[in-house]
Amino acid sequence: MTERPKAARGVFALLAGPPLVWLALFFVLPLVIILGYALGENRSLTDIAITGSFRNFGRALQPVYLGVLGKSLWFAALTTIACLVIGFPVAMAIAFAPARWRLALLLLVMLPFWVNLLIRTYALMAVLRPEGYINSLIKLVWPAAWLGDFVPLDLLHNNAAVIIGLVYVQLPFMVLPLYAALDRLDRSLIEASLDLGAGQLTSFARITVPLAMPGIIAGIIITFVPTLGAYLTPDLLGGTSSQMIANVIDRQFRSANDWPFGAALSFILMALALVAMALQGLVTRRGRA
Amino acid sequence: MAGGPLDYGHRWPMRLWLAAVGVFLYGPLLSLMAFSFNNSRRTIVWRGFTLDWYRKLFADADLLTAFGNSLTIAALSTLVSLGLGTATALLLWRFRFEGQTAIAGLVALPIVVPEICLGVAFLVFFSAVLPWPTGLAWPFNLGAIIIAHISFSFSFVALVVRARLAGFDHSLADAARDLGASDGTILRDILLPHLSPALIAGGLLAFTLSLDDFVITFFTSGPDTITFPVKVYAMVRFSVTPEVNAASTLLILLTAGLAALALRLQGGDIGREAL
Repeated sequence: MTERPKAARGVFALLAGPPLVWLALFFVLPLVIILGYALGENRSLTDIAITGSFRNFGRALQPVYLGVLGKSLWFAALTTIACLVIGFPVAMAIAFAPARWRLALLLLVMLPFWVNLLIRTYALMAVLRPEGYINSLIKLVWPAAWLGDFVPLDLLHNNAAVIIGLVYVQLPFMVLPLYAALDRLDRSLIEASLDLGAGQLTSFARITVPLAMPGIIAGIIITFVPTLGAYLTPDLLGGTSSQMIANVIDRQFRSANDWPFGAALSFILMALALVAMALQGLVTRRGRA
Repeated sequence: MAGGPLDYGHRWPMRLWLAAVGVFLYGPLLSLMAFSFNNSRRTIVWRGFTLDWYRKLFADADLLTAFGNSLTIAALSTLVSLGLGTATALLLWRFRFEGQTAIAGLVALPIVVPEICLGVAFLVFFSAVLPWPTGLAWPFNLGAIIIAHISFSFSFVALVVRARLAGFDHSLADAARDLGASDGTILRDILLPHLSPALIAGGLLAFTLSLDDFVITFFTSGPDTITFPVKVYAMVRFSVTPEVNAASTLLILLTAGLAALALRLQGGDIGREAL
């Protein structure tokens, strides 16, 4: 039934019109305006002139902002590695579990993903804060007679809290593609490797991991990209020094009132996300060839 | 093959690992829900069961309005997203045309663009290009938020529907056409029934995404168009209180209910499609 548009002009227009008009008006246009603003400057508090200068992008290269960008990339990398290390055994356990358990286990991993991001972050705040569950538990078993009064640990509002929060939020995204890849691989290859005398570790490193590589790459990208642009987690769990690029963009728009500069930063973040996605496309295409 | 060389789930280090991940994923959520029933302002020590926090919640007019707004936005944006997403999927499936790859890429773009970028883009758009009039009657006052939600939801619907269309047997449609069925009849009697699981999955996905969204809504909402996540954000910004626990519990139960519904309507399909 695949045909050229000419064969059924009416149907083609009916199907193509609404989504394309919508995308042009309510997706492409807003992003084009952001690009326009990024090339502009504040004339007064409310008046922004699009001057075509790259000054805002130049400002983004100042050490302060490069630092924030570097920190965001670093946080995203740490989160991705942590998710991979935590998630790989989970994905393996699910993929090699008896068939009747597989769907239930998968759903258990997926269910938190359905819970509102804000609520998940809030739940972590309740665990980590000075009067939170961890501090209360330690206080309960704290030998005050020997060590003096328990001083609650500062678990919240620091870089570690942000990383924990990001891992908490992103873990399901990492497990899914890993599971999909492990589920598909030919088990007899691992069995053969074990039969021929390779240990579990050798088989894992030389058979399982290489075969699961497409899933590993997909998992890395699918974790890295949203983490890079994370806003809520650093905002609620982080301190003043753990702000990521999204928080700095937010500040330009809502408190510093420097929309052109915020637009430039936003454009840089978007470009980074798109490059990461394009890289994944490139890798999977090469994997298939 | 219990205890076989590949049955990793039976090894104790693996079990320990799984248990730890389970506690990590579920501990915070379950304790949050449990303490919404706690008879004390402090959310640490258990002082007996109470529904007081829920009573307080239902007396909070602002919170109820915000919740109603969220459901309305989710329902309307889901409806439009289903239409636009299905049209996109059908377009890319049925026709071969120049720029097809570009359009497929463009449709997938809203999934990739970071939320904060879309958020500020809509902030600029709705202040510089299409200032949404304030003081409109409900639900038109929510228009800006609904438009923003449709823009990121319908790509997901298109994705799910396209996946389902890939498994469609063309000969069914060809046979119907040979027997004199029109395009409309084929769509109604053959395509839509085949697509219904994907439409349900896509619809629920769009609904949850809309209900979930904080960042984009935060940048498009005004003082009289507060949604539930935006309201909860204002509440959690500085403190952990049992009221927020109760509100969160309600939303968790709602989304868990939706997930269960999706599963029931679709059987095992959704687990596979989620991949």
